[in-house]
Amino acid sequence: MAHFLFFLLAIICIASVLGMIISKDQAYNALFLIVAFVCMGGLFGLLEAPFIAAVQIIIYAGAIMILFIFVVMMINLKKGVGQEKKKWTIYFAVVIAAVLVVELVLTVKGALEPASSAALEKLGSPTDLGRLLFTKYLYPFEITSILIIAALVGAIVLVKKRDNE
Amino acid sequence: MIPVNYFLILSIILFVLGTIAFFVKRDLITQFMSIEIMFNAANLAFLAFAKSAGSLDGQIIVFFVITVAAAEAVVGLAIILLIFQKKKTIKSEDIKLMKG
Repeated sequence: MAHFLFFLLAIICIASVLGMIISKDQAYNALFLIVAFVCMGGLFGLLEAPFIAAVQIIIYAGAIMILFIFVVMMINLKKGVGQEKKKWTIYFAVVIAAVLVVELVLTVKGALEPASSAALEKLGSPTDLGRLLFTKYLYPFEITSILIIAALVGAIVLVKKRDNE
Repeated sequence: MIPVNYFLILSIILFVLGTIAFFVKRDLITQFMSIEIMFNAANLAFLAFAKSAGSLDGQIIVFFVITVAAAEAVVGLAIILLIFQKKKTIKSEDIKLMKG
């Protein structure tokens, strides 16, 4: 059952990312990305991270993608952007991707474990995660709140209409 | 139980697809979306390693990555909107100059 779920989610995820690469409409791209993020949330759940799965769906598939869709609506191009006339960027992308695949596989190969040692004790619940967040990781947590305030103020200052223009 | 290796392989595939999307697509918004895909692939690898190590620290890191990605998306989209207001284009090859 878990295997079936994993392969289903993985295939939907990869297919929607491929759809994002193929489609030219930005609104469709955003919708494909929402599907990919929701599937990713399911995969996080399979990895015994229920809190992260909920955060993924609420923040990524909810908040961030709403922002993207709002920006797509505000920019409102009549037709899609279209592909680059020069084809060399695609070949360049393929070469980069091939190099990246080799690199990542070589890196991860050392970390791959034999499939037999999968029996582990249960990971922590959201309660343990919260306790860890407010004890060991208290300072990073507080600094993150300052970062979010700074991003909020920065975005408002950037987009605000200036009076002297 | 699903082996952790499967998740790592899926993470590699998604990261590479995000890279390809970044180079193939020509508008700033979709390129930004492909960066988010790469973030997610990295998060998946973090969670896979957290599970194989039996530790919660990986999940905490993913939590921080998600919050920082949210802040980064806000500022990045504001910059894209500003570029569109000034230049009336969001094609990345039209934006070659730092100033002007």
